[in-house]
Amino acid sequence: MHQLTLAEIARGLAAKEFSSVELTRALLARIHQLDPQLNAFISVTEDLALQQAQAADARRAAGENGALLGAPIAHKDLFCTQGVRTSCGSKILDNFVAPYNATVVEKLANAGAVSLGKLNMDEFAMGSANESSHYGPVKNPWDLERVPGGSSGGSAAAVAARLLPAATGTDTGGSIRQPAALTNLTGLKPTYGRVSRWGMIAYASSLDQGGPLARTAEDCALMLQAMAGFDPKDSTSVDQPLDDYLGELNKPLDGLRIGLPKEYFGAGLDPRIAEIVMASVEELKKLGASVKEISLPNMKHAIPAYYVIAPAEASSNLSRFDGVRFGYRCANPENLEDLYKRSRAEGFGEEVKRRIMVGTYALSAGYYDAYYLQAQKIRRLIKNDFMAAFAEVDVILGPTTPSPAWKLGEKNNDPVAQYLEDIYTITANLAGLPGLSMPAGFADGLPVGVQLLAPYFQEARLLNVAHRYQQATDWHTRAPAGF
Amino acid sequence: MQWETVIGLEIHAQLATQSKIFSGSATTFGAEPNTQASLIDLGMPGVLPVLNEEAVKMAVKFGLAIDAEIGRKSVFARKNYFYPDLPKGYQISQYELPIVGKGHLDITLEDGTVKRIGITRAHLEEDAGKSLHEDFHGMSGIDLNRAGTPLLEIVSEPDIRSAKEAVAYVKAIHALVRYLGICDGNMNEGSLRCDCNVSVRPKGQAEFGTRAEIKNVNSFRFIEKAINHEVQRQIELIEDGGKVIQETRLYDPNKDQTRSMRGKEEANDYRYFPDPDLLPVVIEQDFLDTVRATLPELPQQKRERFQAEFGLSAYDASVLSASREMADYFEKVAGICGDAKLAANWVMVELASLLNKSDLEIEQSPVSAEQLGGMILRIKDNTISGKIAKMVFEAMANGEGTADQIIEAKGLKQVTDSGAIESMLNEVLAANAEQVEQYRASDEAKRGKMFGFFVGQAMKASKGKANPQQVNELLKKKLEG
Repeated sequence: MHQLTLAEIARGLAAKEFSSVELTRALLARIHQLDPQLNAFISVTEDLALQQAQAADARRAAGENGALLGAPIAHKDLFCTQGVRTSCGSKILDNFVAPYNATVVEKLANAGAVSLGKLNMDEFAMGSANESSHYGPVKNPWDLERVPGGSSGGSAAAVAARLLPAATGTDTGGSIRQPAALTNLTGLKPTYGRVSRWGMIAYASSLDQGGPLARTAEDCALMLQAMAGFDPKDSTSVDQPLDDYLGELNKPLDGLRIGLPKEYFGAGLDPRIAEIVMASVEELKKLGASVKEISLPNMKHAIPAYYVIAPAEASSNLSRFDGVRFGYRCANPENLEDLYKRSRAEGFGEEVKRRIMVGTYALSAGYYDAYYLQAQKIRRLIKNDFMAAFAEVDVILGPTTPSPAWKLGEKNNDPVAQYLEDIYTITANLAGLPGLSMPAGFADGLPVGVQLLAPYFQEARLLNVAHRYQQATDWHTRAPAGF
Repeated sequence: MQWETVIGLEIHAQLATQSKIFSGSATTFGAEPNTQASLIDLGMPGVLPVLNEEAVKMAVKFGLAIDAEIGRKSVFARKNYFYPDLPKGYQISQYELPIVGKGHLDITLEDGTVKRIGITRAHLEEDAGKSLHEDFHGMSGIDLNRAGTPLLEIVSEPDIRSAKEAVAYVKAIHALVRYLGICDGNMNEGSLRCDCNVSVRPKGQAEFGTRAEIKNVNSFRFIEKAINHEVQRQIELIEDGGKVIQETRLYDPNKDQTRSMRGKEEANDYRYFPDPDLLPVVIEQDFLDTVRATLPELPQQKRERFQAEFGLSAYDASVLSASREMADYFEKVAGICGDAKLAANWVMVELASLLNKSDLEIEQSPVSAEQLGGMILRIKDNTISGKIAKMVFEAMANGEGTADQIIEAKGLKQVTDSGAIESMLNEVLAANAEQVEQYRASDEAKRGKMFGFFVGQAMKASKGKANPQQVNELLKKKLEG
């Protein structure tokens, strides 16, 4: 049963081939058996999951028939879940039981999805390897000595290992697409404002966006349909009607114009990956697409701009973790300053502290113009590059990552090397565009992802292209050995 | 050396919205600690602010009232600092693009001259909570009921030159926000708070001296005292060869002195940046027009109308329009009695002194506008004299009823029956035959003085109830007869 996709589960539940309770029990057993190798879960909420599964079965018995009704999923541990620990992968929130549900959690629960637990992640979503979690690193099911990517590494590992058909993630600089690429999954970062951020613990508010990780584009469509939509509780969410993501999956690709940014294929890209990307382009051509070279000249500035803006926002967003109202508080504080200093020094990990320091510096009097304002200008230039490109093409295609999954610990002492892993994904966050990564082949047994970018609110187009590609190929169906 | 004082004020006015600026919590004052604090006010992980449109409307109202440019696009920014009563570790405020730009307000000084004070800007922000230091055995408690209450911070230009001007300016702002109905102005509860930036410079010098900021002064009286004290401190310091340092000071009303809170070097670097959780506030012409249509008559317009419509002096008009309540009271009295000047006199003299004595605001006046207007009517129709009216007024203040009831109960009705007055005068003249003779023998100049003596005797005999005009006329006739 664990091999079933969300779409197959929906059909099985509708046909009464199995119940949600049966499916939930099977997957919980599988999590208990296999997750110790992966460390994908921070919390498994077994009792709650079974209650939800029973409720879903009862709703179905009463005549309801939603696509996600009774489908097991799990949430990245930065979505607040009422009554369940929401740690954000950090010691500072190890004791934090959220008093409310994130909108994404609420929406999926209303759709009848059964949450099996909370998934491991880089601390406060800061990382590309899922090694900065307070709960230890997550392993890549394709090679247990390698990283699954990050920051939604727990989500990726759990879905890739068939512990779950789909999971929620968040993407600030590539945190859905990069782990999807490294674990042979389909991952979608929607347009900024498409999915509510209410209840999603903020890393960098102007870049964060929730989205799904699943094995197929079709499953991502099912998830997005439930997750997305305007939320009056999030001022940055956009009041625009949702497309019928499932309904548009099968549109033919005839006439689709694909742009290949020449900057994506320069130095730094693993030649094996370049080859796989070009093969996927050939496949799409067969499906009716045409290809054009385009240019995104300001891409080279993206990483420096991102590593000013994201830490700047984070330094402010993470100020509320001060040991006063919730979360970790140091033992026996001598006075207020001691309480602040030690609670934060003991509660945050190295990478989080590094980014708080960088962000605080970038916003300081005398440096603000040189760093923060400059970065905002670059952000506009990058957006303009995309606007110009999308005047000529319908989607932009390239590699998701410059290299496949690396060994645990390999880049731990070199933060900048890890930052460079986000080179292809970060621009979509800076511009607020939707992006998708889909499985496209293997480099020496390790999954390789291809990234598609589209204009604002064209998630349906991304899912359509990925789905047609997945109808013609079988990369996405490959499972890691032992799972 | 002659010194000149330079003052700029930052006034924080709590806006009278039903709910907080970024959450749906109520803003009522005095509730049990933390009962009006939602997830958002607590700064829980994952929560987001949503702007209360009512607060924007109120800020725009203020902007229109001071003739300011309204920021068509204003931006909320985060002011970052750590403090236990600041749950998020930053205050949402406005920095580079405030909602209200440059404007001005005219104040009337005691000598009747009008001075224009520039207002640099006014911006929206959220209030912080409160730290409670009692009853926690060496620890501090935090009450977040106030956290997120909308504030309008009104920043003046350094146009103010004395403590008295400062008070006049704060009073004018106080009156204005109450006229507009955007702030209850209750300084005891902290609804209107004032930070005073004070510096001195040798008279004639163009550049400003170094300023000190006195934080959170919360009454008109304390503003005057705190500024006067601070000016004195700075002058003495400089004259003794010292230097004023830029710092934040606190006024202690018990000791009547200011003391240093923190110096410039300890000042926070607030690391302002645009709040990514909130969109820029874009104000359309339609919105401006709608808000403008809701503006009431403002103090200045009222002042001008009182002068034009009622013929009041500039000073009287400004006193009577100082607060909406005062103006409403006056207009009601004038309307009832139909004599604005008499109404103005009674409100500004007798009523003001009564209120002053018992330390009451006009809305707490023991004599209602209806009562006062009714009494003045009785002066006008000669039922009572002005002198008797003072007795009636006192009785009304003691809660003895309306003017008519009091006049009736005490038999204060003026005697206007000329027969009765005449016979009373005959008795008076008979009792003072000697003086009558002297009068008749005197020249015009002396007679004037002596005439007053007979009037006094006559009024005394009638217990003040005889119509003075009739007494005058009949007396003259009889004496000269």
